[in-house]
Amino acid sequence: MRKLTALLAGLVFGIGLLLSGMANPSKVLGFLDLAGAWDPSLLLVMLGAIGVAAAPMAWAGKRSRSLLGASMQLPVKRELDPRLIGGSLLFGIGWGIAGLCPGPAVAILFSGHWQSVVFVLAMLAGMLLFTALERRRGL
Amino acid sequence: MSIDRIATDGVAIDWLHFTPWTSLAGGALIGLAAALFVLLNGRIAGISGLLGAVLQGGEGRAEKAMFLLGLLLAPLLWGLFAVMPVIEFQVGWLSLLVAGLLVGLGTRYGSGCTSGHGVCGVSRLSPRSLLATLGFMASGFATVFVLRHLFGG
Repeated sequence: MRKLTALLAGLVFGIGLLLSGMANPSKVLGFLDLAGAWDPSLLLVMLGAIGVAAAPMAWAGKRSRSLLGASMQLPVKRELDPRLIGGSLLFGIGWGIAGLCPGPAVAILFSGHWQSVVFVLAMLAGMLLFTALERRRGL
Repeated sequence: MSIDRIATDGVAIDWLHFTPWTSLAGGALIGLAAALFVLLNGRIAGISGLLGAVLQGGEGRAEKAMFLLGLLLAPLLWGLFAVMPVIEFQVGWLSLLVAGLLVGLGTRYGSGCTSGHGVCGVSRLSPRSLLATLGFMASGFATVFVLRHLFGG
């Protein structure tokens, strides 16, 4: 059952991305280009998403189990550490170069654009590199 | 292409490409999906986190993979009912490679991306996510400024 609800949530998420314009790198870059002709659409994507998710998230935070009985797994870390800041800044640079972040990149992987395949492969390589670096750090 | 510019406080809004209603509605669907995933599955719909978990293995891998499968299938489902939306790239393969690497590495070090921090974390008012979102927004704006206006000419 939980696999089915996960699939459904992923589908809805992807449809939302496509409808919102987030899956179009050109549009994302238009949003990030404050000094050019600025397209504020993505601000409304965030507003719509947060407006709908805020109350359910607050409710989820008060529960120890999901409605289907799974353990509630919310992030517990609270430190504002250099890794969080440095990582987010790096991510923003990549986002600003291509106009793609992980969700839309996955959502348009099968849309017939070779660019999304190149991006996703490089992104997965970056994630594996992180894992490798972390493993070395742990030795 | 002529762009209809109206100056407001120094920022020129691109009214031609501004899509308030579909963006708001798409955002609401994204929020709905995040709400479903946390209330039913007890998990955060953060795409970089889900990808990392599927790559590394561990607990809950199957349902995380199912969420990603749903995301992958979304354009196919969309295509059954409507014309695919415009998807337009502005950079070549080398930039895509560099960007992808930075996004992969950065989201893992920063423990999240636009969905995990930007939507779910900000919705939970998590200080970490608020800071991360400010961080990637700021460096995204700065990067486009440098590439388009300092080097792009």
